[in-house]
Amino acid sequence: MTATDPRRATHRAIEAVWRIESARLIAGLARLVRDVGLAEELAQDALVIALEQWPEAGVPDNPGAWLMATAKHRAIDVMRRQDRYARKLEEVGRDLEVQQRSAGPDLDAAIDDVIGDDLLRLVFTACHPVLTVDARVALTLRLLGGLTTGEIARAFLVSEPTVGQRIVRAKRTLTTKRVEFELPPPAELADRLSSVLGVVYLIFNEGYAATAGDDWMRPSLCEEALRLGRILAGLLPQEPEVHGLAALMEIQASRVRARTGPAGEPVLLLDQDRRRWDRLLIRRGLDALDRAEALGGMLGPYALQAAIAACHARALAPEDTNWERIAALYDVLRHVSPSPVVELNRAVAVGMAFGPAQGLAVVDGLTSEPALHDYPQLPAVRGDLLAKLGRLDEARGEFERAAALTRNARERGLFLARAAAP
Amino acid sequence: MRYMVLLKAPQATTPPPPELMEAIMKLGEEATKAGALLDTAGLYPSAAGAKVALAGGQLSVTDGPFAEAKEMISYALYQVRSKDEAVEWTSRFIKLHRDHWAGWEGEAEILQVFGTDDHA
Repeated sequence: MTATDPRRATHRAIEAVWRIESARLIAGLARLVRDVGLAEELAQDALVIALEQWPEAGVPDNPGAWLMATAKHRAIDVMRRQDRYARKLEEVGRDLEVQQRSAGPDLDAAIDDVIGDDLLRLVFTACHPVLTVDARVALTLRLLGGLTTGEIARAFLVSEPTVGQRIVRAKRTLTTKRVEFELPPPAELADRLSSVLGVVYLIFNEGYAATAGDDWMRPSLCEEALRLGRILAGLLPQEPEVHGLAALMEIQASRVRARTGPAGEPVLLLDQDRRRWDRLLIRRGLDALDRAEALGGMLGPYALQAAIAACHARALAPEDTNWERIAALYDVLRHVSPSPVVELNRAVAVGMAFGPAQGLAVVDGLTSEPALHDYPQLPAVRGDLLAKLGRLDEARGEFERAAALTRNARERGLFLARAAAP
Repeated sequence: MRYMVLLKAPQATTPPPPELMEAIMKLGEEATKAGALLDTAGLYPSAAGAKVALAGGQLSVTDGPFAEAKEMISYALYQVRSKDEAVEWTSRFIKLHRDHWAGWEGEAEILQVFGTDDHA
């Protein structure tokens, strides 16, 4: 066992504290200065001061409170020097006074509530519909995930200046469009929440789509999204779709270890070694799904997808899968959230539940769907159903078509193998 | 990255102060809401447990208490981006003991759990 060098230990502690506290810090500051960009700068300033002082003075007992106090002092300094912030300074002064006056035994609880609200304001601001989806994703990872611009760039396979520009433009848009640092009014809550959940799920899928050999920042996006989903579940415990999304991500993430083979090749769901599934994540996912259900949210698109994923998670062997239930859930999902991809998935479930002929009938309704024209999974699913019906020549043609359409080399290998032996 | 934190300390002669338990609950809630704490629980003294051992090809079952000087008090499972983050959460947990239970001494071991995200 080796003792850690104290200065290095302090630097590492500061990084960890930043990771844990930065979102709450930025959120609290944004409420005071009413500007997310300025709030982030102030939080960064406080971090720089910590990096200067903590190695000498030691890490304070309550590092979050220390950073907040330091950043508030910076805020006042900065504003004193800048006339255009005169009005904001007044507001900050007033807020600080109110906080000091209300100091009492319940102050801790009161601050916790305020922090929860502030974090939620930050979530809704970062995912505001005036921003492009790319900007929402970058701002969410930066402000709520505490990721650096470089880390975001590596995760999304774009250059660092591109991400930097995206974040600068996003902050400018929030200012020019006069987006208030507020919770959405009740009438807008559903739409605004759906934007937030969409951003988190997009981050998850970006990580899920990463393949072996990618920079490790890419798969770690799954972890970031899971963390954001868990934070949201704490902030909005009464919203069933928040739990639905958390459930969906936990269950999907439970299969990460099983979905690639030793050479990095993809392993399809029904071929996966289920002993490699992460039981803890499955349990957490099923619990979250129960919460969504208890809140009456079983018709939400995320809860429905989670319920489908849960059917697989509950089956210890592929032959135990309740395909009738999966087919029924897809039938609901296609009405709640219609899309050709949902319909294609329904075809697979119908084929498993009621036989390949029935599944093929669903797929054949999709062959003229323009959105699926270049989608390799369409011929792949059709090929599989044809093979099960013994129509091997037709099946071979479909798998060849699927192989020609996919841009993923490992997937192409999988389709060509099926074409050779349908 | 996932970490298992095991708290070890000599068996206490008095129950932990209620203020400590309250503070631990609060920290647990905070870590859960931060998306970092996946699971945690306290453990009964080893007197309530048992040990199954293999030595010289022989399987043996022994009831607790175990002979070790320290008892396993609790476990916590964290999902974090770095070991330092697990160290920071654990330091906060240990500080609660310092602040609410005079004279308490013990240690927490932080162990990384195998997984797909085992990047340095």
